Formats: sequence, C-alpha cells, structure tokens
Amino acid sequence: MCLAVPVKVLDLSVDGTARVEKDGVTLTVMSSLTPDVAPGDYVLLHAGFIIQKLDRDDAEGRIRMIKDLYDGED
Amino acid sequence: MERIKQIREALKGLGKQSATLMEVCGTHTMSIARNGIRSLLPEGVRLVSGPGCPVCVTSQGEIQTALDLAERENVLLCTFGDMMRVPGERGRLEDMDNVKIVYSPMEALTEAEKDRDRQVVFVGVGFETTSPLIAATVQEARRRKIRNFSVLPFHKTIPEALRLILSDPEVSIDGLILPGHVSVLTGRRYFDFITEYGTSGVVSGFEALDILEGIYLLLRGMEEGQREVLNNYTQVVKDEGNLQAMNTLYQVFESSDALWRGVGVIPESGLIFREQYRDFNALERFSTPVPDIPEPEGCLCGRILMGKSIPPECPWFGTECTPQRPIGPCMVSSEGTCAACYKYPEVVFKR
Repeated sequence: MCLAVPVKVLDLSVDGTARVEKDGVTLTVMSSLTPDVAPGDYVLLHAGFIIQKLDRDDAEGRIRMIKDLYDGED
Repeated sequence: MERIKQIREALKGLGKQSATLMEVCGTHTMSIARNGIRSLLPEGVRLVSGPGCPVCVTSQGEIQTALDLAERENVLLCTFGDMMRVPGERGRLEDMDNVKIVYSPMEALTEAEKDRDRQVVFVGVGFETTSPLIAATVQEARRRKIRNFSVLPFHKTIPEALRLILSDPEVSIDGLILPGHVSVLTGRRYFDFITEYGTSGVVSGFEALDILEGIYLLLRGMEEGQREVLNNYTQVVKDEGNLQAMNTLYQVFESSDALWRGVGVIPESGLIFREQYRDFNALERFSTPVPDIPEPEGCLCGRILMGKSIPPECPWFGTECTPQRPIGPCMVSSEGTCAACYKYPEVVFKR
C-alpha cells in the first residue's frame, strides 16, 4: 500500500496541483505538500500526492557508503 | 546480476554471524519473497516479517464499521483497493454496491463535490506514508467547503509497534529493514529510537538490489559493533523527512491508543481527529462506535505480524486459509506475510 512511483513534473498550477507524466500519460496530482518542486523535476508520487523531490546529487552519500561493496565501480 | 553476485560475495566475507533481521514494511515482504532474497543470505541470517501491512493490522471491528457504513442509504464508501476482500461478519466490501475503489483520497473528495446530497466516506487506513495525504485532503475539503465528506480514522503509526516488538523478550531482533516510503515522509531520524533497544536499522528502497545492499550494510555495521540507523535510500529519504506533510498530519490528527489486529491495543499508535477537525470524523457523523469483534479462532496473524510465528506454523495456512478463501488478514492482503509465503512456496522460512 505504501508504494510510491517516480514521475516527471510538467507544470504547476496556483491551486496546489501539478501535471505530471507517468509512463507517457499525463495526470493531475496534488503538489501542496512539496512547495519546492519545479517543472522538469522528477518526484515521488503516492496516492495522488507528490511526496518528495528525487535528489540525484544526494545519491552520492549512498554511493560512498556502499563503495567498498562494488570495489569502486560506478 | 553482476552486482547481486558481488553482494553475495561480500556477505560471505562478513564472517559467520547469526542474526535475526525484520523487514517492517509489507512491500518489502513481497519483494523479498518474489526475489527469493532469503535463499541468497548466509546461513545463520534469518529474516522475519513485521507489522507494516496496513490491511493486516486493521481490526475486525474497524472492517465491520466500514461494511456497516456501506450498507447505509445515501452513502458512498471510498477505499483503497487493498481493503476490498477482507472478510467481515457478513460479507466483504467487494460484494457491496455503494463502494468505490480510489487511488487517492482526493478522488473521494471529488466524488463528494460532484453530488453534495450524498455522504462520501473515505476509509482511512495506512501508515505515515498515507495519513499525511489524507490530512491534506481533509484540509482541502474544509477550504472548498465540502461538508458531505468524512473519514474513518483507522490510521496507525509505526514507532510504537516497533517499540513493542523490540522490548518483547519472545522476539530478539538484531536489525530492522526500515520502510522506505514511510521514511520519505517521516525522515530517517524518526527511527533513531531503535538504537535505545540495541538494534540497528537501514532505510531501504524496494528493489532486490536495494534490499540486499541494506542487509549487507546492517550486517557489516553489526560486525563492527555499530548501532545506528543508516539510510540507503538517499535519493528520496532525508534525515528530517517532509516537514510540510508531517505538520499537516498533526494539524488534523493527534496521537491516540489504537487496536492492532491480533496484537491488541498499542498506546499512542493511532491517529484521531483533533477537536477543530472532528466534523470530518465519520464515526461521529454517523454515531457509529467501532464494535469489539474477536479474531477468527486459531488464526496466527497477530503472532506473525510481531515476528513471533511463521505462516507454516498456523493450523489454517494453505489448507482452510488460502488467498481464494482467506481467514486472516495476512492472507487477504496482497502484502501479507501469509499471502507472500503461499504465492512463493519456495521461500525458506527459518526458525
């Protein structure tokens, strides 16, 4: 039930909704809980709400943590 | 595949240790079973399932309340699809006419807006991933002055259930695989308390590789004597979580005791409406208290949810109780431990 899926933000509206693209389909969802998202961002969608922006840069910390596991591979 | 091989090698390199790990979240339970993760772990490492299946912990009385409301005239009951097949005393939601599956609580609100003369009730189940969104929907209903919308407040919160498990002498959990999407909302720090119980944790994503990496990090940390809550899902999980969403949650709801199916009342593990939002409480609007209904006799769901029993130990498992004719909620829910064990029988459950 707690599954969330990544989608791309197309545009934002002043009424707290956003249009997002999921598997080639455009959906209107709520963006009121994530004021920092902008068009072009990838975000996590759960039950009709954007719940978080996907942060690609921040994946670096994780890569550092598991680096020894893959012996320096990407 | 290459990475999975590397992780297996790395796991072997950790040396012999025996450890019991618990995956808290039902979505992890399914991914672990589907991907055969148990069979990839070193001998001595045991994985048990935890309480994070929302349908499984919804009490029989709460299920009956939803069914009773759906029988009322001029009511449309909206619910996530997971709840449709849970048996009540007389039938299931899927057998009833005035029930609609929705993917978002906002769809329920739209239904209420379309026909203001009909009462729309949303069945509010789920953990911290979902409850903030339901709170936001309630605030939206107030903003739009939609008064024929209400919510059955059956949400539960994870930490109190984990405290109960971690302090139970019958189960000894060395490490927790923490729920990835709950943590998106709550933040990683929300789970720091588990170290008070000498337990480590890792916030993990849902792919096989994510889970295996998480298990490796947990075991490696334990071998080094660390007790900490790691984050292996940093793309979306922050230390502090989604503060706006969590503030919204506690503007609308406050903590209260809650009855977990098969487990009993866990103090402060539920969410009830705050005074200023109680006009959205379906229990008050329809003056319907939640009845006290006993669990199906013999069903081990409660023990399974707490990591104390495994599905094959239940007398009903696979015989009287199957996904087609489920007795207990761990078999009904697509994320339940019994459903996972039935669907993927090759899964090795170690005692």
